[in-house]
Amino acid sequence: MKRIYLDNAATTPVKPEVFEAMKPYFSRDFGNASSIHSDGQQARATVEQARHEIVEVLNCKDSEVVFTSGGSESDNLAIRGIVESAVGTRRLALGGWQKNPQTADQLPHVITSAFEHHAVLKTVQMLEKSGEIKATYVKPDKEGLIAAEDVKAAIRENTVLVSIMYVNNEIGTIQSIREIGKMLEKLNSARSEASTGRRIYFHCDAIQAAEYLNLDTKYLHVDLMTLSAHKIFGPKGIGLLFMKSGVKITPQITGGEQEWRLRSGTENVAGIVGFAKAMEIIQNAKCKIRNYNSKTEKLRDKLIDGILDRIPKSRLNGSRERRSPANVNVSFFGAEGESILINLDLAGISASSGSACTSGALEPSHVLEAIGVKPEWSHGSVRFSLSPETKEKEIDYLLEELPKIIEKLRKMSPIK
Amino acid sequence: MKNLYSEEIMDHFRNPRNMGVINDADAEATIGNPHCGDVMKMYIKVAKRPLSQKLKVKSKKLDKQTENEEYIKDIKFQTLGCGAAIASSSIATELVKGKSLTEALKLTSDEIARRMGKLPPVKYHCSILAEEGIKKVIENYENRRDKNQ
Ligand code: FES
Repeated sequence: MKRIYLDNAATTPVKPEVFEAMKPYFSRDFGNASSIHSDGQQARATVEQARHEIVEVLNCKDSEVVFTSGGSESDNLAIRGIVESAVGTRRLALGGWQKNPQTADQLPHVITSAFEHHAVLKTVQMLEKSGEIKATYVKPDKEGLIAAEDVKAAIRENTVLVSIMYVNNEIGTIQSIREIGKMLEKLNSARSEASTGRRIYFHCDAIQAAEYLNLDTKYLHVDLMTLSAHKIFGPKGIGLLFMKSGVKITPQITGGEQEWRLRSGTENVAGIVGFAKAMEIIQNAKCKIRNYNSKTEKLRDKLIDGILDRIPKSRLNGSRERRSPANVNVSFFGAEGESILINLDLAGISASSGSACTSGALEPSHVLEAIGVKPEWSHGSVRFSLSPETKEKEIDYLLEELPKIIEKLRKMSPIK
Repeated sequence: MKNLYSEEIMDHFRNPRNMGVINDADAEATIGNPHCGDVMKMYIKVAKRPLSQKLKVKSKKLDKQTENEEYIKDIKFQTLGCGAAIASSSIATELVKGKSLTEALKLTSDEIARRMGKLPPVKYHCSILAEEGIKKVIENYENRRDKNQ
């Protein structure tokens, strides 16, 4: 039997159409987009056309998109770039470079959430540890939702950046990005009128939202936004950072000054083409199918209901209503995540888990911890992430196999 | 999964030996792994048998009156944990079943890990859990026996 892939939040296969679109840009049209000759100019035109296609989805200008090597780089560029540029302006305002470290209340302040993806969370923690910033980690509620008021309450005079993810990668909860964005915009205009405080930038890691949710940056009121191609049936190694004009950022990779001087390095032409193609496929499908998400949502609900019905002592992690169409995160008491995954794998099903045993650090998922899931429950957590390609018969098969696996493991467990 | 765990581990994971409960166990022990929150429970049934000639010489002073030795007649485990934790429980019980208590106490996590084939470094502690489980259940047995004497 063909394997069943339910780990689409980790990565997705490159669609054949995407691969086809990329093919010419390896051996045939291999030019460097910075070269002056025809090969180079052709590459330039290709990159710019791809950029233009993506920009239509984001409802922004061409100059507002910077291609990177992927989501982690985009997140790092956004956070480190904003912080460094804020420190720079601060120093200038104080009359040039200062040898002395800034006092705590002068340090730039960054707000993020406690259950952010590690690319954001660890970056903020690192900057905090090295004494470059102050940070606040806003806690989500039990449902896995961040309240805009909580973000607002965390704001200080020195706040330079708020970074909140669109869809949580583990539990799939959808955050109120537009609401937070509008709140910050209001605050910023009040600040600039009164000329007090700094401009607060709003960054959103939208990687897990790209397949299903609105990516219009004007609608969302974001200043910076991260996207990655390999979560939407595009290639690995290519991502982007949307950066609204006027946002001041310090580049993190310097050299040839590509990408509006914000990210050096020869353009990944094939990757960029593949990224644009993957976005285009989603857009076309959304135009054709009235409710693009509903098929995936139906299967998600079938899976959630099926699990909760058939398996006692199981629970859903994260809000049921405000949830990505693709995400099912469930916990089973008295069964351990890694053992569940190995059994699923033996049954031909790929999934993932937030259990301590599956993380190299032997710590339970920080996401489940942040929403108050007790260790006994997070120990037995499994994430199934669907895609628009998921078939109903795959869900049916999973619903047949999973109860047997949990029962078998519970028989082995001293804790029931 | 082939790259994560060896054939040996997968074999024990799929078909764990000595998995279950001994209802009239002479001793049981539950230990937890502080690292990852895993739990292992061991049950043993102990019996006596005459010392073999070779052993008699060695342990004369230990068990003079009876010339008997205590050994693990039966052992069962239950484990809530990762693949390596389940496999190491299975391997450890297999290694000590039928052994005298003195011999069983000599079991080390290294030995368990060796039997598991290629074990990822992050999973070493899982084999330590199994070693501790064996030691603890024997200790519990001896404490109970000594109290009753
Ligand atoms: S017992 Fe948890 S990692 Fe092995």
